[in-house]
Amino acid sequence: MPVWNIIQAVNDALRVEMRRDPRVVVMGEDVGKFGGVFRATSGLQEEFGVERVFDTPLSEGGIIGTAIGMALYGLRPVPEIQFADFIFPAFDQIVNELAKFRYRSGGEYPCKVVIRTPYGGGIRGGHYHSQSPEAYFAHTPGLKVVIPSNPYDAKGLLIAAIRDEDPVLFLEPKRVYRAARGEVPEGDYTVPLGQAKVVREGQGVTVLCYGAMVHTVMEAVDKQGAAEYDPEVIDLRTLVPLDTEAVLGSVRKTGRVVIVYEAPKTCGYGAELAALIAEKALLHLEAPIARVAGLDTPFPYTLELEYLPSPERIARAIANTARF
Amino acid sequence: MSCPIPGEVRPLAEDDPALQLRQILNEEGEADAGAVAALGLGRQELLRLYRGMLLIRVMDERLMSLQRQGRIGFYGEARGQEATIIGTAAALGERDYIVPALREAGAAIFRGLPLRLYIAQILGNANDVCKGHQMPCHPGTRAARYVTMSSCVGTQLPHATGMAYAMRLTGDEAIVVGYLGDGATAQADFHVALNFAGVWRVPVVFVCQNNQWAISTPVTLQSAAPTLAHRAVAYGMPWARVDGNDVLACYAVMREARMRALAGGGPTFIEALTYRMGAHSSSDDPSRYRDESVTEAWRSKDPLRRVERLLERMGILDAAGVAALRASLDDEVRETVAAEEQVGPPPLRSLVEDVFHAVPPHLEEQLAELLPLSRQPVGARTHG
Ligand SMILES: Cc1ncc(C[n+]2csc(CCOP(=O)(O)OP(=O)(O)O)c2C)c(N)n1
Ligand SMILES: [Mg+2]
Repeated sequence: MPVWNIIQAVNDALRVEMRRDPRVVVMGEDVGKFGGVFRATSGLQEEFGVERVFDTPLSEGGIIGTAIGMALYGLRPVPEIQFADFIFPAFDQIVNELAKFRYRSGGEYPCKVVIRTPYGGGIRGGHYHSQSPEAYFAHTPGLKVVIPSNPYDAKGLLIAAIRDEDPVLFLEPKRVYRAARGEVPEGDYTVPLGQAKVVREGQGVTVLCYGAMVHTVMEAVDKQGAAEYDPEVIDLRTLVPLDTEAVLGSVRKTGRVVIVYEAPKTCGYGAELAALIAEKALLHLEAPIARVAGLDTPFPYTLELEYLPSPERIARAIANTARF
Repeated sequence: MSCPIPGEVRPLAEDDPALQLRQILNEEGEADAGAVAALGLGRQELLRLYRGMLLIRVMDERLMSLQRQGRIGFYGEARGQEATIIGTAAALGERDYIVPALREAGAAIFRGLPLRLYIAQILGNANDVCKGHQMPCHPGTRAARYVTMSSCVGTQLPHATGMAYAMRLTGDEAIVVGYLGDGATAQADFHVALNFAGVWRVPVVFVCQNNQWAISTPVTLQSAAPTLAHRAVAYGMPWARVDGNDVLACYAVMREARMRALAGGGPTFIEALTYRMGAHSSSDDPSRYRDESVTEAWRSKDPLRRVERLLERMGILDAAGVAALRASLDDEVRETVAAEEQVGPPPLRSLVEDVFHAVPPHLEEQLAELLPLSRQPVGARTHG
């Protein structure tokens, strides 16, 4: 089996689906000849031609708006937004159009678009190349939100996302785009949406995370001594729909939970997880729910490693929660 | 309001002679003496224009090489575009405002942003006015009336229109310049900005640096119109197309647009045709997507060489003078970088500052949680 990074896995998923399904088109800024600024669409234009893999004018609203039109007619566009930070010119199209088309038409006009976009910090990109906007979209009924953390899941989830009947926001953790490597099967396979994965089994503390933070959590466990508390680390993989059974089952077992995400803390996705656990498993808890998150500030440049949840901060939270 | 400097809103046929690029200083550095004199630029002023352009060139060379050495995190050059940047900025008055796009930092320095503050911003150190909040090449200064840029392409343009409205409302004798790239003309905000400006007839000048590329995307994929200036017609505003590598022509069209705006004649759209000689940024490799022989061909249109020839012919600066000026600017940049590299990062507290007017309690609490674990302030973390 080839050992690939996340970019190669995404690239292969697109290739597999484009070969299988002529409805799939790839569009966005610099995705054609250049193959994307992160090279995720590299080689696709050569193989599938400029009609199916094309550079658009520089307009995110235009990219998503026209992708919606293509989807209404039956194509399966997979537009790329160059950085998640630049998705906001398309916010109206995503929130008011893409997410609501099926509902407002009573199912007459489902709208199948998969938006791929790199997100997250740790690449010295300052606040316009580092944000984690997942909560805005998880808050939007009608959208599925998927975030892989490794190459195997990236490929399997992206194929599943393209085959799914609903619009999907597919957020790619660019901090580990190249650093996360692993075996990836060739050809066709899927990782189903809505299924979390236990990355490390444990009895002591449930640690919920996704994206690049899965790696930071594992560093806390393996290098910062948090293994001592026997954490159970869960990679959510899909935020919407959430695998609530995986989350609640683990919390009922350990009675303790630490939630890690790099977006600003307030109203971040971890707030929803905390509320869910409080609603459904409060009586199993033996310690307060802890959140380790980004600060409630814009994403900084110089002090980004101070802003981001660090292995040290995570290890401290795991220890405090375990010893409570 | 009647305007003494008429700005005709011309219809555009593809062969409209007005679509010819305005040029004063040709590729050989030759200019009609009368045309130069008409600009009213004295010898010192011509030298100052050249110095501003040369500083951009020298900075770009030096800072790109520092980026490659890993001493700065990121850099975006303006190589090849110096004439547009300095020519248009030089026509502004002190009270005018610049709302920049990506590549106008040279204009901020030209208007008085101290080089050391620009370098501090690039390093994101404790001297940086914006406290290391933004990535390199995102300067801003109230003193030089240069608004702190965002990385988002196009968002600045409605700000320029709104600012011009505010200037008129408050009776300020000033204009706003909103810069943009060719790529930005595809954004909704571009159209919004021009439409509002046209309807309101406010004193704003849009300067589009058409360097023919938006990362790997050629301008032909941004617009099907024969020129970018065609856009202005739809928004009911005067426009000009100018050789963006000719600093004198850029100065001239900007001066006219400014006078018209000050006289109540409303907005103007300027398309300055130039070429992005370097990579999009230090993260980019143009050989992957464009024919670099075209880039080579543009070297013969180099904006600096033309001015050098003019200055030499006018007896203002000879080749030795150029070399000496270059060396002194290079020293200045190197010394400034060396000094600023000694400065540590901003204090940890800077993380929670300027989110709001005052630091709210929940941010104080989040800061306090960081303190026991922080690596700060233990000196500078190296960049990159
Ligand atoms: C809204 C938005 N989308 C995408 C980007 C990524 N990006 C940065 S610069 C750029 C191209 C800009 O081209 P142009 O406007 O021609 O300016 P130039 O780089 O040529 O100066 C792109 C796509 C961005 N910064 N903002
Ligand atoms: Mg451009």
